[in-house]
This record gives sequence, structure tokens and C-alpha cells, in this order.
Amino acid sequence: MADKDRADDARKAGRDPPSADEAALSARLRDLGERLGRHHPDRPPDSEPRPTADPSAIARGFRLSTELVAGVLVGAGIGWLLDRWLGSSPLGMIVFLLLGFVAGVLNVMRAAGVVQPNRLDPPDRRP
Amino acid sequence: MDPIHQFQITNLLTFGHIGGYEIAFTNSALFMLIALAVIAALTIGATSSRALVPGRMQSVAEMSYEFVADTLRSSAGSEGMKFFPLVFSLFMFILAVNVIGIIPYMFTVTSHIIITASLALLVFVIVYGYGFWKNGLRFLRLFAPSGIPIILMPLIVFIEVMSHLSRPLSHSLRLFANMLAGHITLKVFGGFVVMLGGLGFLGSLVAILPLGMTVALTALELLVAFLQAYVFAVLTCVYLNDAIHPGH
Repeated sequence: MADKDRADDARKAGRDPPSADEAALSARLRDLGERLGRHHPDRPPDSEPRPTADPSAIARGFRLSTELVAGVLVGAGIGWLLDRWLGSSPLGMIVFLLLGFVAGVLNVMRAAGVVQPNRLDPPDRRP
Repeated sequence: MDPIHQFQITNLLTFGHIGGYEIAFTNSALFMLIALAVIAALTIGATSSRALVPGRMQSVAEMSYEFVADTLRSSAGSEGMKFFPLVFSLFMFILAVNVIGIIPYMFTVTSHIIITASLALLVFVIVYGYGFWKNGLRFLRLFAPSGIPIILMPLIVFIEVMSHLSRPLSHSLRLFANMLAGHITLKVFGGFVVMLGGLGFLGSLVAILPLGMTVALTALELLVAFLQAYVFAVLTCVYLNDAIHPGH
């Protein structure tokens, strides 16, 4: 009942001054944001929201959409060619289709930044 | 009404035959030349005044330079700037060709996989050629990650090689498929308008729906035309980065 009254008051006043528990909540939120910022120093605590029409985000989406397909197609192509040359009819296709699928998944994970791209130097020798 | 008809290659001028193949100037070649003329007009014509305070066209030319240079610098470093002519040519060519293709009655050059595949193979050959030229056989270790047990090595090398082989395929397929699918969709919805319009008054009323769809799709295609050129340029930069900085 009290909640309903307060809601009615707020509607009448348009906006009400922040009550005590709201102030406490925002203080806790700020505290949490600061602690998260300490864990992720690369992310500023209140960075501006990225615009939804960010070209690089849409570009990444377009990129992800074909990486898997390309891996599977390359696997199927190599398998088909090997079968034609060596006469090992279903085997080459099966093996290379699976390998192509793995390569496609690897492509997608690299494109999404989940897996670090393969570099010539191991990470401990990096400058 | 045939939605595929717009991709028909027609010979405009036949020069002769080499090895049983007809060598001809096609409508595809004509639209490549038109794109070239547009780019030349933008980059040479608009900047010829060399105004300190750029005019409208000059600032478009300067913005496209800045855009590509920023993209290249951020993904391949300042060393990658030696490949700026390549990336800028690719970006401007694909952008011009895509945008010209949206105009009604115009031919879309990039809706043929032979064009996008040759562009992607050009990038592929340059990236791996430069990688081997600069790093020597050490570049081969790109296919063999360190810290892998020796038993797994052949399998991992196979997968890595296939992952690298799929690059030109996905590079060309993305541009080709997006342009082809977009233009077919536009044509199909346009065909709906004509078909419904022929059904009398009620049909004409319903035809408003696909007409609105066509308008919306044209706007989407304009976005896709720019984005595909951008994606092609960005991935070229990413692949070039592998060849320039394999060490870090």
C-alpha cells in the first residue's frame, strides 16, 4: 500500500528527490564499477556506449558469416581432388571434410578473437 | 522479370579468338572502366585545384584517403603503409563498382565470382609472396604453432594449412555472395510490384508492401556496398599484417 502511494506521489510530482535507498544503490553501483575497472584496467569505468552502426562491428559480423563455410568448402575440395587422383573414394572426402570443419571453426574463433592468431615467436620471447 | 538476367555477360566488342576462347570487351569490362573513370575523376579531378580549404569533392577524396590510411595503420602498423596503394585501389575499386551496381540498369561487376576470386587471389599471392620474401623459410613456421606435442604436429599443420587456404575462398565468397544475394532480392521484390500491379486495383494496393520493401532494401544495399568494400580492405590489412609482422 505504501509503495502504491509513493508511486502515485512520484507520478504527480513528475520526479521525486532521490530517496535514501536509491542513493545507497547508486553508491554501491559506483563502487562496483570502480572495482570492475581495477580488474579490467583496459576498460575505462564509464566509457561511452559504442554506436550500433559501428562499421567495424558489422564488418566483423560479415566476416564471421563466411569463415566457417570457407573452411568446410576447402576441406571438401581437397578431399574430392584426392579421391579423384588416388581413387580412395569415400575416405579422402570424409577425412578432409572433417579437417576442413575443424579449420573452419578455428577460422571463426580467430576472427572472433577467442583464440590468439598463430605467431612465429612463442609468447615468452615477445619483446 | 528473370532475377538472374541482370548478371548476364554480353560481348560488346569482339577482338578475336585465342586458344578457342573469345577475347571480347564485355559489359563487365565496360563497367569496370566506368568505375575507374569515377575514381579517377574523384582522386585526380577533384584534387587538381589543391585548395588549402578543400571543396566538397576534394574533401571526399581526402576523407577516403584518411579512412583507408587509418584502417591500414591500425591493423598493419605504419610499416604496412608501403602497401597503401594496393589497399586503397582495392577499396576504391570495390566501393565504386558496388555503388554503381545499385543504380538501376547498371551492371554489378562484383556479383561474378571470377572478379572477386581474382582480387582475393591477388591479395593471397602478394601476402604469401611478401611473407616468404621477407622472412624466408621461417615463414613456414606460421603453420606450426610452438608448444604442440610432436604426435599432434601433422594434424595441426594440416588444419593450419587448410585454415590459410580457406582465406582467399572466404575473402572472395563474402563479397560475391553479398552482392549477388542483395541484387537478386531487390529484383524479386521489384518483380512482385509489377506482378501485383497487373492484378487490378486490389493488387495495386497490396503492391505497396513490396514497393516499400524495395525502397528499404535499396538503402540496405547501399550500406552493404560500402561495408563489403570496407571488409575486403580490412581483411587485406589483417592478412598483410601476418606477412609484415610475423614476430609479434
